[in-house]
Amino acid sequence: MAKSIDVSDLNIYYGDFLAVEGVSIPIAARSVTAFIGPSGCGKSTFLRSLNRMHEVIRGARVEGKVLIDGEDLYGAEMDPVNVRRMIGMVFQRPNPFPTMSIYDNVLAGQKLNSKRMKKADADDVVERSLRSAGLWSEVKDRLDRPGSGLSGGQQQRLCIARAISVEPEVLLMDEPCSALDPISTSVIEDLIHELKSQYTIVIVTHNMQQAARVSDETAFFNLAGVGKPGRLIEVDRTEKIFSNPSDPATEAYIQGRFG
Amino acid sequence: MTQLTTAPPQQPTDVGRALRTAQLPTAAPRLVLAAAIVVGIGVWLGTGTPFLGVLFGWLTCFVLPIASAFVEGSRKATDRLVTVLVTSAFGIALIPLFSILWEVLRRGTQVLGIDFLTFSMRNVVGEGGGIYHAMTGTLLITGAAAVISIPIGLFAAIYLVEYADGNRLSRWLRFLVDVMTGIPSIVAGLFAYALFVIFFGEGVRMGIGGSVALSVLMIPIVVRSSEEMLKLVPNELREASYALGVPKWRTVAKVVLPTALAGIVTGVTLAVARVIGETAPLLIIAGATDSVNFNLFDGRMATLPVFAYASQRNPGVPPEFSIERAWGAALVLLVIVMLLNLVARLVSYFFSPKGDR
Repeated sequence: MAKSIDVSDLNIYYGDFLAVEGVSIPIAARSVTAFIGPSGCGKSTFLRSLNRMHEVIRGARVEGKVLIDGEDLYGAEMDPVNVRRMIGMVFQRPNPFPTMSIYDNVLAGQKLNSKRMKKADADDVVERSLRSAGLWSEVKDRLDRPGSGLSGGQQQRLCIARAISVEPEVLLMDEPCSALDPISTSVIEDLIHELKSQYTIVIVTHNMQQAARVSDETAFFNLAGVGKPGRLIEVDRTEKIFSNPSDPATEAYIQGRFG
Repeated sequence: MTQLTTAPPQQPTDVGRALRTAQLPTAAPRLVLAAAIVVGIGVWLGTGTPFLGVLFGWLTCFVLPIASAFVEGSRKATDRLVTVLVTSAFGIALIPLFSILWEVLRRGTQVLGIDFLTFSMRNVVGEGGGIYHAMTGTLLITGAAAVISIPIGLFAAIYLVEYADGNRLSRWLRFLVDVMTGIPSIVAGLFAYALFVIFFGEGVRMGIGGSVALSVLMIPIVVRSSEEMLKLVPNELREASYALGVPKWRTVAKVVLPTALAGIVTGVTLAVARVIGETAPLLIIAGATDSVNFNLFDGRMATLPVFAYASQRNPGVPPEFSIERAWGAALVLLVIVMLLNLVARLVSYFFSPKGDR
């Protein structure tokens, strides 16, 4: 379980528009890497290119290499569907399936792919995923209730349970706490700490304190100006980025002088 | 607090004067409405003309904005005037609806009975007979039309929303569907007739031809309503599904369609309700008969609207019984449409995403 990712020279386009330019970054297995940077600098776009969710948008494409344990995700014979099974994703806004119960939501990855499971195995997966997502004790008595009836923080943890129930190698999180209150946020941050032992986690966040709290490595993205593509400015140990960054732009951003 | 309310009223302050205005009593609209009804009934009984009663009753309603103009000032008077106008428009829109319902119920119930629903018109002259043949014909033809239209319409809508990406074909498709929505039903009937003449020769009459004609009318409605419903499904759900490694077709079949199901079923039911009352195309291609015919692919088939039309057009001698049966058929048709609407509501209630209700 858990794989490392190695990105080299990645350009990401929306149609003709170059959104992110020349990103090269190694992401170690079983670590938390945070992407920070001002709005519109391409953090989320870059994150989505890591499990080929980027190309769901019409006209979107990438150039460059994304290697996962040495295999190029964008290789000719790679199936994006299989890529996404291996690299799970949690979105900014909690998006449980409204037609499904909590139980079915957790098993959505299996059910939607019509994977046959014994009832006992399914129960097992549901309990394990919900426990990992720290939601089990709150919902164990109402697994047949609709997932959309939960609070925002619970819904987001349900989405995390859904993402980890298919046992991905890597978990991408796109601002998972931006729609949540501080208490739900801290629950999810604790969860990230626990999940780190099993998964490679990449998290985009607007909240610098959050990046400092949860991540081992931090990557700072910035864009040179309006209409210019976003670029990776630097990536380093989180302590170093927040205490002694190499680039003056990083320091300015972290100290709150812009962004 | 009690001290405040029992204290003698204070002199109004400047702020108080600026914020307060004179107001009509809260009951004023209801009083005016009651007065309007009294005036209306009075004029009706006085002159003997219901129209004058309604007119004078309506005019009485305008007492409210006029009084308001004197007491409350122009802003509130305008508000009350517009309220009266909008409410009257609503009332006018209801008149035909209730008038039709009333008339169909009044004249249709006379003939209604077990015999009327279980007998055909075979060998019936004058009194008696029933609409069994027309009812089965309508249900068979409309059912077959639904079987043809729903898959085509739904799949076209799925193509437009999920696969077309706004390409040239989809723009043309959407345009043509819009044009088809406006096709006169007689043209659909002629199309179906011309189509069946190619295979079966002149003078062909078949129930399935009626289904084809109704499908021509129904498909655009199904496409448009399903398309709107599919568009309402949040993109986040599709992305959530993709991110779990679910292929696109499974995402459409298991996430998008179930989420939109309630709306799609409602739209389909309304489309069925819309075509079940069509007369002109069925007159051409399905024809009319007095006998029961369960075979869509062989010979003439009676339908409720055509039966009502024919009974009214050629009532025979004496005409009363036939015309009575025409109203009975109209009532049964109305009841079927209402039942369909009821089913649509129930379906949209039970199939709508859980947690919303």
